[in-house]
Amino acid sequence: MISPQSVMYEDEFHRIQGAIETLLGAANARVVFVVDKNGQLMAAAGDVDQLDTTSLASLTAGNIAATGGIAKLLRENEFATQFHEGKNAHIHIQLVSQRVILVVIFDAKSSLGLVRLRVRKTTEELTAIFEAMNKRPVDARAGSPFAEITDDDIDNLFND
Amino acid sequence: MPFINLMAREINCKIVYYGPGLCGKTTNLEFIHGHTKAESRGKLVKLATDSERTLYFDFLPFELGDVNGFKTRLHLYTVPGQVYYDASRKLILKGIDGCVFVADSQLARADSNEEALENLKLNLLEYDLKLADIPYVIQYNKRDLPSALSVEELRGVLNPYLVPEFEAVAHEGTGVFETLRAIGRLVFRDLKKSYGAQAALGANPQRAR
Ligand SMILES: Nc1nc2c(ncn2[C@@H]2O[C@H](COP(=O)(O)OP(=O)(O)OP(=O)(O)O)[C@@H](O)[C@H]2O)c(=O)[nH]1
Ligand SMILES: [Mg+2]
Repeated sequence: MISPQSVMYEDEFHRIQGAIETLLGAANARVVFVVDKNGQLMAAAGDVDQLDTTSLASLTAGNIAATGGIAKLLRENEFATQFHEGKNAHIHIQLVSQRVILVVIFDAKSSLGLVRLRVRKTTEELTAIFEAMNKRPVDARAGSPFAEITDDDIDNLFND
Repeated sequence: MPFINLMAREINCKIVYYGPGLCGKTTNLEFIHGHTKAESRGKLVKLATDSERTLYFDFLPFELGDVNGFKTRLHLYTVPGQVYYDASRKLILKGIDGCVFVADSQLARADSNEEALENLKLNLLEYDLKLADIPYVIQYNKRDLPSALSVEELRGVLNPYLVPEFEAVAHEGTGVFETLRAIGRLVFRDLKKSYGAQAALGANPQRAR
């Protein structure tokens, strides 16, 4: 079954992208991205060309899954926030709406205090967006990838 | 759970390689990684112990090509096969779209195969899933070893419902891409079906669940 959150429409993408672009500037961050808990990258902003965002997305989700597992063992709710401090790069990871992960990578040009502050606001914005996504149906609006796909098309993908 | 991005026109699906310790799950991904054009696959991420055993997961993004102007991608994961890493195994199943069960053909591993398959069923239940409900294929690996059981024997125990099955020698690549193609095809057909059914149902996705 396809959950509503696993389909992202164009307008939703623009809203998410807008929110993280704003955060990028406001927090003086290097990179901001949003990943779903299954490890799929939803949107990214900033200096992403030099980063392997696909691997980062999968590892971040793995990280959240692991700490979520630890939390469960401790009968805690999830640890909603994580911070890792490196020599040059620092990473702030925030769980949003139990469903998606907001990641901010920053350096000496910013500070943990500033990032925390700005992340809080963006978290609220994103929460609203994702809650709306969760309530709307998955419909066959224009652009449905499967409307015109035949079994032959699928087979052709795997011919080699 | 697939991820469909209608803006970037991408469809990503998650496939998990499951099976007992040392059956050859990581080897499957390594072979795929080593024998695919660089532009159609990403980095192979391995979270492993010093002795090359999978500790958490391996991850390989794999690009298939375009359908209807949509980029399609498979995200391949392996689980750690060692019994005591069960908590991690459970986590990796989150959002699974299709599963490859890799069995070790050696007689000495017969019990481990069965245990791993039972464990897979049990862990899927955590997500309210049954093996019969998800796209699923079996690979009998290590066919090159003299102590390998016959395919009939393996099938009798591991494949009662006769899902697609493949013989493999993963480190040489035999059967590796055949297995991948089979699961990929099943996943996309399944996706097409459930997306279509859901769109037809229309209104309320909560109710459809
Ligand atoms: N003879 C033979 N050896 C194989 C074959 N496939 C894999 N191997 C070897 O088996 C060993 C274990 O393979 P891995 O791919 O690391 O096993 P795994 O299933 O990932 O193991 P865990 O990470 O512990 O779950 C390696 O030394 C491989 O080279 C095969 O078809 N035949
Ligand atoms: Mg492994």
